[in-house]
Amino acid sequence: MTRGGGSEALIRLDRVTCRYGTEPVLVNVDVDVRPGDFIGVVGPSGSGKTTLLRAIMGTVTPIAGSVRRRAGLRVGYVPQIETVNWNFPVTVGECVLMARGGRRLPWPSRAEKADVHDVLERLGLAHLQERHIRCLSGGQQQRVFIARALLRQPELLLMDEPTAGVDVATRHEVLHLLDELNGGGLAVLLTTHDLNGVAAHLPALVCLNREVVASGDPARVLTPDVLEKTYGAPMDVLEHAGMPIVVDRLPPGNVVRMPPRGSAR
Amino acid sequence: MTLDHLLRPFEFEFFINGLTVATLAGALCGLVGVYVVLKGMSYIGHGLSHAIFGGFAASALLGINFFLGAGAWGFASAMMINGVTRRRRAIGSDAAIGVITTASFAIGLALIKRYGSGGKNPDALLFGQILGVSDSDVLALAIVTVATALVVFFCYRPLLFSTFDPEVAEVSGVPTARVDALFTLVLAASILTTMNVLGVTLVAATLVIPAVVARMLTDSFGRMLVLATIIGALCGFVGMNLSYHLDIPSGPMIVLTGSALFAVVFAATGRRGLRRAGALRDHAGELTA
Repeated sequence: MTRGGGSEALIRLDRVTCRYGTEPVLVNVDVDVRPGDFIGVVGPSGSGKTTLLRAIMGTVTPIAGSVRRRAGLRVGYVPQIETVNWNFPVTVGECVLMARGGRRLPWPSRAEKADVHDVLERLGLAHLQERHIRCLSGGQQQRVFIARALLRQPELLLMDEPTAGVDVATRHEVLHLLDELNGGGLAVLLTTHDLNGVAAHLPALVCLNREVVASGDPARVLTPDVLEKTYGAPMDVLEHAGMPIVVDRLPPGNVVRMPPRGSAR
Repeated sequence: MTLDHLLRPFEFEFFINGLTVATLAGALCGLVGVYVVLKGMSYIGHGLSHAIFGGFAASALLGINFFLGAGAWGFASAMMINGVTRRRRAIGSDAAIGVITTASFAIGLALIKRYGSGGKNPDALLFGQILGVSDSDVLALAIVTVATALVVFFCYRPLLFSTFDPEVAEVSGVPTARVDALFTLVLAASILTTMNVLGVTLVAATLVIPAVVARMLTDSFGRMLVLATIIGALCGFVGMNLSYHLDIPSGPMIVLTGSALFAVVFAATGRRGLRRAGALRDHAGELTA
């Protein structure tokens, strides 16, 4: 699973079970995240992806199993872009700075100003510091929240559906950026609904449907059998340029006729 | 209208007292109101002032200090609203405010009818008595204003983070439950000391109007805090003066001054201001636009 080598795990989930009310959301889940990992978590809605993130962050306490965090681990979290309150009055600079703890006074110290400028510069946002967060492109908005997470110099970056509701160009932009950050040694774990656009491109996947159905290299994990167990729906897997491509298998006699690819709507 | 005419009310001590209190209360509510409006809890001011009325009746009955009794009651009501909303996600904060604060107001009315109000005038509490404020009212308001300013100043980032994005704030090590409790305490104290001079029925407007006007004028959180405080103080100051010259009670005049300012800024900022202030929670459409 790793890019950076098999050193001590940053996070180790050992047979973790979580429940909301009487309904189990995660059952006996084992997940290891090591330095340099880049892991995608896939599964249908309600499969426990977000709960898995929360268990990793420690905002949900498992009723069974254990979550072991490496001592002093710094985690950065980027929420789903659709859950952000875009009418909240914060500029790009204010948004990034709010995650920085430690200082009591409202305005940033000289060192903090430099740190904010550095992280914005690194993500190509330095010229937008005074802009309101709504007045940005989708890719820029996503980068602002990544910048906020990076300001804390995390060793692990967690992202909830980083490509939900964004266009193709933004998706590529985000994936390239994450790949770059991962190349620099940052471990990344993200959840996604997008099997072909995101999951197939990642080095490692966890297929989740309350329990871990399969995990590992996408080429090995994305099989009709695993997908059916994960999503409860039949799917076929084709291959294109060495990459798996997942397509829906509609039952015969279905009245819905999908238009051929590339045709006008 | 001559300068003499404008300055005449300043010869009266009661007016200067009232003016000080109105300006302070306006600034305090303007500052606290920023968080209230951005948390989408605009109705909490209205609700908590009603709830505190229950605390007023209870402290009159038990013979304890109004500020302590009603303050503790208000804080407990606000914590109960938070608790109900957190434990049962199906109950929204608006509904929780509706249930708890109205019940508390009803307790207040029932207690006063049955046992009297212990010498304090319930009408003054309902409709305000800005020209009859006592020294202890002024002192309490001044203490709460300074304390609130200190809290906002020294907890600036944790407060901002947990207002904007509570879940990520918690992950990032902000003790959000404690920050929420601290804010609730500040809010209850602000409403308590303000309703004593402005009245139960008018507190809500002094919390909401300055924040909304400030929001129309800026996209920056820091600037919104400063602007709302200044606008609140200005509305209190101008409203009190107008109240004297037009012979209209001070509470309504302060609120009407704020409303007029709102209308002017609303018209002047046009579509830009509308977009900023409008639908504070409605953001889904903005993404695809």
